[in-house]
Amino acid sequence: MYVAVKGGERAIENAHRLLAHKRRGDQSVAEVTLDQISEQLGLAVDRVMSEGSLYDRELAALAIKQARGDLIEAIFLVRAFRATLPRFGTSEPVDTGAMRVRRRVSATFKDIPGGQILGPTFDYTHRLLDPSLAEGFVPEAPAVAEASTAPTPRVTDILGRDGLIESSPEAEDGASVGDLTREPLNFPADRDLRLQNLARGDEGFLLAMGYSTQRGYGRNHPFVGEIRFGEVEVEFLAEDVGFAVPLGAIELTECQMVNQFKGSATEAPCFTRGYGLAFGQSERKTMSMALVDRALRARELGEEALAPAQDEEFVMSHSDNVQATGFVEHLKLPHYVDFQSELGLLRKLRQEFAEANAPDAMKEAAE
Amino acid sequence: MNAPAYNFAYLDEQTKRMIRRAILKAIAIPGYQVPFASREMPMPYGWGTGGVQVTAAILGPQDVLKVIDQGSDDTTNAISIRKFFAKTAGVATTTATDEATVIQTRHRIPETALRANQVLVYQVPIPEPLRFLEPRETETRRMHALAEYGLMHVKLYEDIARFGHIATAYAYPVKVNARYVMDPSPTPKFDNPKMDNCPALQLFGAGREKRIYAIPPYTQVVSLDFEDHPFEPYRFNAPCALCGAENSYLDEIVTDDKGGRMFVCSDTDYCEGRQAAGHHGSLSAAPYKEKAQEASNG
Amino acid sequence: MADQNLVENDEPLLVAKSLSKSFGRIKACRDVSFSLYPGEVLAIVGESGSGKSTLLQMLSGQLAPSAGHVSYRMRDGITRDLATLGEAERRFLFRTDWGFVHQDPAQGLRMAVSAGANVGERLMAVGWNHYGRIRDTASDWLTRVEIDTARIDDAPRTYSGGMRQRLQIARNLVTEPRLVFMDEPTGGLDVSVQARLLDLLRSLVAELNLAVIIVTHDLAVARLLSHRVMVMKGGRVIETGLTDQVLDDPREPYTQLLVSSILPP
Repeated sequence: MYVAVKGGERAIENAHRLLAHKRRGDQSVAEVTLDQISEQLGLAVDRVMSEGSLYDRELAALAIKQARGDLIEAIFLVRAFRATLPRFGTSEPVDTGAMRVRRRVSATFKDIPGGQILGPTFDYTHRLLDPSLAEGFVPEAPAVAEASTAPTPRVTDILGRDGLIESSPEAEDGASVGDLTREPLNFPADRDLRLQNLARGDEGFLLAMGYSTQRGYGRNHPFVGEIRFGEVEVEFLAEDVGFAVPLGAIELTECQMVNQFKGSATEAPCFTRGYGLAFGQSERKTMSMALVDRALRARELGEEALAPAQDEEFVMSHSDNVQATGFVEHLKLPHYVDFQSELGLLRKLRQEFAEANAPDAMKEAAE
Repeated sequence: MNAPAYNFAYLDEQTKRMIRRAILKAIAIPGYQVPFASREMPMPYGWGTGGVQVTAAILGPQDVLKVIDQGSDDTTNAISIRKFFAKTAGVATTTATDEATVIQTRHRIPETALRANQVLVYQVPIPEPLRFLEPRETETRRMHALAEYGLMHVKLYEDIARFGHIATAYAYPVKVNARYVMDPSPTPKFDNPKMDNCPALQLFGAGREKRIYAIPPYTQVVSLDFEDHPFEPYRFNAPCALCGAENSYLDEIVTDDKGGRMFVCSDTDYCEGRQAAGHHGSLSAAPYKEKAQEASNG
Repeated sequence: MADQNLVENDEPLLVAKSLSKSFGRIKACRDVSFSLYPGEVLAIVGESGSGKSTLLQMLSGQLAPSAGHVSYRMRDGITRDLATLGEAERRFLFRTDWGFVHQDPAQGLRMAVSAGANVGERLMAVGWNHYGRIRDTASDWLTRVEIDTARIDDAPRTYSGGMRQRLQIARNLVTEPRLVFMDEPTGGLDVSVQARLLDLLRSLVAELNLAVIIVTHDLAVARLLSHRVMVMKGGRVIETGLTDQVLDDPREPYTQLLVSSILPP
């Protein structure tokens, strides 16, 4: 005797309980704390903050813990929380030129004012698994020096003084900043929206897109003008006080790519820019972002736009991992009704096919 | 720690106002896809975020909410969304179609006729009916603006040329108010006639694609077809095995691994209502009730 | 009726006035003027880079001229400047009263859609809503362009180059346009296939009293199809006149060079 399926509600509750249990794992093992995640898995926290578009290390650490280390799930949690936050206004633009630099490298000049600073980096490490890290490892104290007071001007500003690189377009005073989380996106999109989309975009996706430009699908001959990572002040212009109030410092990574020239009959040739910016230390992300940003400027710079990375609609519509994972994973949801329609149609078609072919089949059999 | 605190029906009032403006515009231009600034919701894209945002924006404390998925109140996603609003808005919920003021649905229109002052909110995955014929948004928007729908008929023509009839079983395109071609969301074409001249307001929300569209009450909705190949709603050969209904959409249930099948109403509320009123199908309904009782106690 | 036809044939269908187009410092097309009458076939000839394709794009409203105007006498008898047409009007014109035959049929056809639907699309776009009638008309047109109607449900992907080009012509002519633009319609085809296509085009043009503007680098095509020829070089029209006159007795040295480089007809 058939019994209609019931009890989905209890099944869900049980599944969630099981998830909570699995998340905790073996309870004889110490529980991981948010401080531990924030301190020891800092780059994961940085990525979740960047792609979650919310600068809060503690919430990002919580999201990582809640998501059992699944970073896209953690980004999703942060985004969902961020979407409900009231919006008080927009901060003043941060000045990365005044960054308290912790790391700074340029691939275009051997020596730059303020110097190259390697800082904490995986670059040049030998990728050998290190068993001493498994437990109880106490690192040596890092070498320290008096903080330099020398200014560290951006490499692109140095090039810009001689007109060797296109100037960054100045926003009009009082012009509002585009925000694709508040306004629906329309194509073609301006660069501010494109950059916002890329900043929130999936690191893996941008990496693949940026990589494809290097492999010939929309080449733009990039050089790392500069990557810098450090702290900048965030300020907010409070209307009633009449001046910018400091809100605190955040960690940022900025990458400025210097790319092949443009020029025309009326304009002298100069390098062009690709730009990447992310919360925390996120070099792969910012470099990929800068490559893709430059690729997406093809139309504006009068280049032929044939490669995927140059296709604004393609890139912007598929960069968001929260959107992508949702739609891919929705295939798990029941589709009984649609499937039933297809099943009914298929049967009808097969029946019609059988009827249409029946006489022939008979004839063949007779022969 | 910033402990999250949420507004009535989850979304903040600013967001709700933005969504309501999009809804009003959608109602003013029936069938037109209004872009809106879809928010990240706590459920994934593709799982009903568009419908949830529309519901959150229109829900008031007095509303009675029903949520169905595939016609059923008891599928996992329907339960999850119903619980979400019970928790964040504290509104009354129901499974009875005629008691509900707002019905959020995925893939079905209830069998019980809707009435005025009810709102049916559809979850929409791909709002653009021309999308699989033309992938570019810039081009499809132009086609809508100029009402260039020849391409849609090319698709129907191809179906007839190949299969002898229009082979679109769900998400069957409609023309709304004699102007915009619209995707009714992946509802079976069986449900298409219910959209026409419907007394209830029908709202469609696509979260990932950031579009809202609407069919105001008593609006003409015509399923696209040819004069000599008119639209035909899907018909089943047998009545529901549980309630005997002859005009409802049926789910196929595989009863064993030897090819056993049975067909029952996909709209569980409708089916239960009919059984309670004494209708019977070919299979006795008694154990069903008992089991249902047990589940709701559990 | 006959009188009215006379009057209509007396007035130009399309008038180009001082058309110029520059891309940056490059002047692709300079100061081109002419009138085209109903039923007249005009060939624009020249080597690649002579500006003939740019001119065709301007004439067909796909490229805005840097200077000058194109006007067209619509079906209602009113002559309008193309630049003043809205996008909807322009697109409507393009799928009713105009045709455009591309050199590459893949640009003018839907390669994955059946031949029947390719021909029927324009009819459906202007509101035909009867499957049987659309199919009959498509089938009729396939016959007229010498395609076996048994192939009506096959996609042009499965067609040969010559068949594709004939299908593209049928797709364009099904709404009975008065003016058809052609961009090297025989380019890329084998010589024997070319000859058959030109033959077909010549009879269709006469039968339907079509006006045609055809761009070609092949003077044999111009000789076979056109009434009048415009020779372009470096963006300018350097010689124009009746086809026989220009090709048999060219005045300009450049035209003489072009003519001498092809085999006599």
